[in-house]
Amino acid sequence: MSDPVTLANAKAKGKRPWFFTDREAERVFNVALALLQELAVTRERLDTLERLLENRGVLSRSEIEEFAPNSAEASARSSMHKELIGRCLRVLQQELEALEEAPGLAATPEELSKI
Amino acid sequence: MHTSAPAPQGPPPYQAVGKHAVMPQTRHDEAARFNFLANMNQYLSAEFLPRVKRAYDKRALPRFQAQHGRAPEHRSEVRELMSEEPAYQTWSAMRRATMEQRQQAGRSVVLRQLDRLNDIARSAAAEPGLELTPGFKPPRYLTGVDHHCMPGGYVGELAADDVSAPANYDVGIFATTGGALGRYSDGGGTAVAEWLKREHPDFKPKRILDLGCGLGHNTLPLAQAFPEAQVVALDAAAPMLRYGHARARSLGVRNVRFVQADAEAVPEPDASFDLITTCMFLHETSYTAIRRVFAETRRLLAAGGISLHVEQPQYQNMDVYEQFVRDWDAYNNNEPFWTTMHDMDLTQLAVDAGFQREHTFETGVRAVVDAAVFPQAAALAKRQEDYGRAAAWYVFGARA
Repeated sequence: MSDPVTLANAKAKGKRPWFFTDREAERVFNVALALLQELAVTRERLDTLERLLENRGVLSRSEIEEFAPNSAEASARSSMHKELIGRCLRVLQQELEALEEAPGLAATPEELSKI
Repeated sequence: MHTSAPAPQGPPPYQAVGKHAVMPQTRHDEAARFNFLANMNQYLSAEFLPRVKRAYDKRALPRFQAQHGRAPEHRSEVRELMSEEPAYQTWSAMRRATMEQRQQAGRSVVLRQLDRLNDIARSAAAEPGLELTPGFKPPRYLTGVDHHCMPGGYVGELAADDVSAPANYDVGIFATTGGALGRYSDGGGTAVAEWLKREHPDFKPKRILDLGCGLGHNTLPLAQAFPEAQVVALDAAAPMLRYGHARARSLGVRNVRFVQADAEAVPEPDASFDLITTCMFLHETSYTAIRRVFAETRRLLAAGGISLHVEQPQYQNMDVYEQFVRDWDAYNNNEPFWTTMHDMDLTQLAVDAGFQREHTFETGVRAVVDAAVFPQAAALAKRQEDYGRAAAWYVFGARA
């Protein structure tokens, strides 16, 4: 038996239907739906954790709802958000950077191959 | 003002699904994945599908009428029209995605513990009730395509004595049905057993044959309803039978023999069964096979015996839009015989097989769900139609 991760993702025999006019959009849509699933799984796991912690008297869920970070905590969180946003929206940043790139500044592979 | 019961809150949690010895074990996140998919499927059928219909009524249908001066007369016209409709494209893309996600989720659970599951089934195989035929060639309709997007289909094997296909089927069917088939996903079988007890209270079959039994989800309720009966559960796929046998032993059901054979040529004598059933099997066969299955049913049924075929409703006299929606699986979920089968005149098929026309009948049955465990599913079964997925079926029957 080959790699179980690859096997779990195997394609079923038969032609796969596509529905959107734009195949690339549908491909991205499928990735987004898989991410939605994994987000739901993480939310359910968090929910389990919170309920177990509450049941054992470690904390109450209202403490989570009412939690207010102090300034150092807030600052750390802000960095966390900023980093996540930057990482996930990397492609948008790079598209803008490309606008700033002077024509001819970056060498093409063809040019580099002649160096 | 019309009032109704409060809407069910959603599918039951995966943890309510019935366990048995060969059932794959699920970790927290694996169960959560099935919970997500069950809710996603409910969203698609209860929330999104009505929007597709509104888009048809408000946008697509007027466009067709303006162009042709009439409404669509065939489901193929509706399909062509709707293939351009964004709401339908989105619904379809999501429905296909959830089918693929469900397969991935089930297979990832099964493959990490496959050796253990195969060992359990192998141990059970030492006990009576499993009759496999080495070298058996499954019919082409089972090997030509992987039905409903199951990689490897019903017959695929990844290891010796493999049960990965049925283990995946069993562990993940909840995601597609949202628990509406009951703890043991046996709603079809319980529905048939309940119908027989109600409509034919004096009927006491001595021998029962379930053709295309799969892993026996719908066979066991019959075996349990008629504990004195000998039940033959027949299928072409060895993995399904191995798993079904181990599952039945674990659930304490002993009056079933799981036999590998072709439903077109059953190795049993003429007139040797009082009850012959199929449950969501005929649509997985072929034009030629279904005729032979009906002929075999007639040959095998004893005088006064009953045959019952559980399926989704036939297309005759059905609104073309509903036909189009119900036909989705044929085109988009690897169900190649679905369309042909639902267009067939089953009464004529039975007559051709030797049944008398006046001995054929049609009825409807609904899953009998343990409302204490699945209150929402029990309520859902009553109110929600999922065009091919709901726990309510059409039954075609014929008496010998």
